[in-house]
Amino acid sequence: MELYRSHVLICGGTGCTSSGSKSIEQAFNEELEKHNLAKEVKLVRTGCFGLCEAGPIVIVYPEGSFYSHVKVEDIARITEEHLLKGRIVTDLLFKEAVVEDQIRSINEVDFYKKQQRVALRNCGVIDPEDITEYIAFDGYKALAKVLTEMSREEVIETIKKSGLRGRGGGGFPSGLKWEFTYKAQGDQKYVACNADEGDPGAFMDRSVLEGDPHALIEAMAIAAYAVGSNQGYVYVRAEYPIAVDRLQIAINQAREYGLLGKGIFGTDFEFDLEIKLGAGAFVCGEETALLNSIEGKRGMPRPRPPFPAIKGLWEKPTLLNNVETYANVPQIILNGAEWFANIGTEKSKGTKVFALGGKINNTGLLEIPMGTTLREVIFEIGGGIPNGKEFKAVQTGGPSGGCIPASCLDTPIDYDNLISLGSMMGSGGMIVMDEDNCMVDIARFFLDFTVDESCGKCPPCRIGTKRMLELLDKITEGHGEVGDIEKLEKLAENIKASSLCGLGQTAPNPVLSALRYFREEFEAHVYHKQCPAGVCQGLLNFHITDGCKGCTLCTKACPVNAISGEKKELHVIDTDKCVKCGACVDKCPFKAIIKK
Amino acid sequence: MKSIAELAKIREEALKKVDIRHDREGTRIVVGMATCGISAGARPVLMQLVEEVKTRNLQEVIVSQTGCIGVCRLEPIIEVYRPGEEKVTYVEMTPEKAKRIVAEHIVNGKVIDEYTIGAAK
Repeated sequence: MELYRSHVLICGGTGCTSSGSKSIEQAFNEELEKHNLAKEVKLVRTGCFGLCEAGPIVIVYPEGSFYSHVKVEDIARITEEHLLKGRIVTDLLFKEAVVEDQIRSINEVDFYKKQQRVALRNCGVIDPEDITEYIAFDGYKALAKVLTEMSREEVIETIKKSGLRGRGGGGFPSGLKWEFTYKAQGDQKYVACNADEGDPGAFMDRSVLEGDPHALIEAMAIAAYAVGSNQGYVYVRAEYPIAVDRLQIAINQAREYGLLGKGIFGTDFEFDLEIKLGAGAFVCGEETALLNSIEGKRGMPRPRPPFPAIKGLWEKPTLLNNVETYANVPQIILNGAEWFANIGTEKSKGTKVFALGGKINNTGLLEIPMGTTLREVIFEIGGGIPNGKEFKAVQTGGPSGGCIPASCLDTPIDYDNLISLGSMMGSGGMIVMDEDNCMVDIARFFLDFTVDESCGKCPPCRIGTKRMLELLDKITEGHGEVGDIEKLEKLAENIKASSLCGLGQTAPNPVLSALRYFREEFEAHVYHKQCPAGVCQGLLNFHITDGCKGCTLCTKACPVNAISGEKKELHVIDTDKCVKCGACVDKCPFKAIIKK
Repeated sequence: MKSIAELAKIREEALKKVDIRHDREGTRIVVGMATCGISAGARPVLMQLVEEVKTRNLQEVIVSQTGCIGVCRLEPIIEVYRPGEEKVTYVEMTPEKAKRIVAEHIVNGKVIDEYTIGAAK
C-alpha cells in the first residue's frame, strides 16, 4: 500500500466542479509531478464540503488547512510553499480560517462549528469513487450487523424507536413506513429511493449521492432486508450527471465486493440495485407519480390509498424513502436508536440538512441538529446578510412552503414548528431574502414554478394555480383591484382542499404565508400602486434627485424623449411618457436617477 | 463479501490510507521543511517518520511540516509536541535518528537527550 504524508482534498461536488475544480486537480497533478511529490502527496476528489460560496475548495491534511476560492494560478504557490516547504499560504486560506494571525483548521471555522454531520458525515472527507475509503469510515458495518445479528423485526423496531421521519418533505415516521411494507402481503416487494430533488435551490440529496453514494446503497440494502425485498430502484434526475455517474460507480464496486448480489455476508440475503433516470419533472418527486415514472408510464400521481407500502411498483408493496432519510439509517443501526433520539427536539429527532441560498454570505450546504433556531442558521452558520442589508424573510420548503419573517427567527427548526408558522420543512431548501426582495414578487415566482410543473391531471391544480398566477401578475403589474387579495385567498383554500396530490395541495402555501406575514405589501401594490421593495417594474417610477448636475447624458439616452431640462440644471422625467427601460440609470454618471 | 472478518480486514487496510484526515489531539511531530531543511535532507527524515508512524499504527500521532525553524545550521530539525509536555527540539536529523525518536520518545516517552538542541555544539 502506498503511504502518503499529506492528502490534498479537492471538492468535486457540482458547485465546485462548475467553478473549475477539475482544472485545479489537473494543475495539482502537474505541479506535484514537477516537484517530484506525486509519491508523497495524495490527491483526492471528494464530494461537497458544504461551503459552496467559497468554492472551489481545497483542504490539505494533516493540517486541515482550508483554501477557498482557489484558482489555477494559486496551485504552484500552494504546492511549493505548503506541500514542499510546509508553510501554509495564509493569504489563500478561507477568510475566517485566519483570526488574529492564528490559523484555524477547517473544523474550527464558524460555518462548521455549529453543525452536526450525520447524513453528510463522509461528504468532503472520502473519495466517493473508492469503496475502501467508505469502508475505512465504518462503511457496510451496519449492513453486516443487521444481516448477522438482527432480526427483521429488530431492525424495524430500531428505526421506529429512533424517531426518524421522512426527510423529503412530509415528515412521515420512517419506521412506520418500513413496518407497513414489512406487513404487507406480496410475493415480491421493492425498495425505492426518491432522489428526484426538485425544489428550486435544494441540493442536499445530490450532495449525498455525489459525496457518499455507498451510504445510500448500504441503507437500501438494510431496508430491503427489513421489509423482505431483493430489488431496489433509485429514481434520480438525469440533470444530476455527476451524482448519477458516482452512484453507478458505487453500485458497480459494491457488486464487485459482493455487497450487492447473492449471499451477502455469507447469509442467504440477496439484493440488487438499479438506477432509473427521471427527466426532471417536479411532479415526479411526488411518490405515486414517481412510481408511475419508474414503471415507464407518464409521471402523474395516483390516488392514495392504496399507499405505496401496500400497492407500489407494479402493484407490489414498495418502500419509498428519500436519499437523506436513507443516509441516516446506517448511523442509527451502528450507534443505536437512543443515540439518534437524543439529538433534536421532542417530535423531530436527529439532524437535518439545509441548502442555504439567496441573500446570505455563506451560500452552501449545512447539517444541524433539529431544534437549532433559524437565527443560528442564518446569522451564525450562514454568516448573515451581505452588504449590510436588513433581513426580511426566509423561504423554507420550496414551492410547497412559505416565507418566515424576522419576528419568528428564534423559532427552533423542526417539522411541527415550521408548519405552525405556515411553512414546512420540505426537503430543506432555505432561501434568505433581504429588504430588496418584494414578497408579492416572490410569491409570484413560486406560483409561476408550480403552474409550469403542474402535471394537469386534476383541475384544481391545473386551472386553479393558473388563475392565481394571473391575479398575481395583475397585482405586480399595477392593475390590482379591490377584492383581488380576497379572491387569491379563496382560490388558495379551494386548491388546497381539492387537489389530488401534494403538489397541488401545497402550491398555494407561498402565497398564503406571504399574505399572513406581509399583507401590507400586497395592499400597497393593490390600493396604493406601490412596490415598497422597489422590485415590481410596473409599479416603479423613475425620478431624478438633487444629485443631478445637468450633464444631459440622460436626455440623449432616453428612447422616448421623456426627460427634459436645461444644461447644468436639474432634469425632470415625465412619468407618463417614461417606459421604464432604465437606460437613463445606466448612463447617469452621478447616480442621480432612482426607482421609487 | 462473505464474512464480517473480510470486511474488517478491508477496513483495517483502508484505515491506514485515510486516518490522516481524522481530528487528533495526540502527539505532533513537526519537520522543518524550508529551503535550508530540504537541502540538509529533511525530506527523507519526514518520509521515515511517516513510515514509522504507519508501521507502528500510531493513530494519535500526526506528522506535519513547518517552515524555517531558525537555526539553519543545525537542520534537519524536528520538533515533538506531546500534550502536557514541553516541546522537544531535535537537530541534525537523519532517517535512522528519526526512527529511534519514534521508538524511544514517541512510543516510550523517553527523550533522547543527545539529539536535542541543548546537546548540539
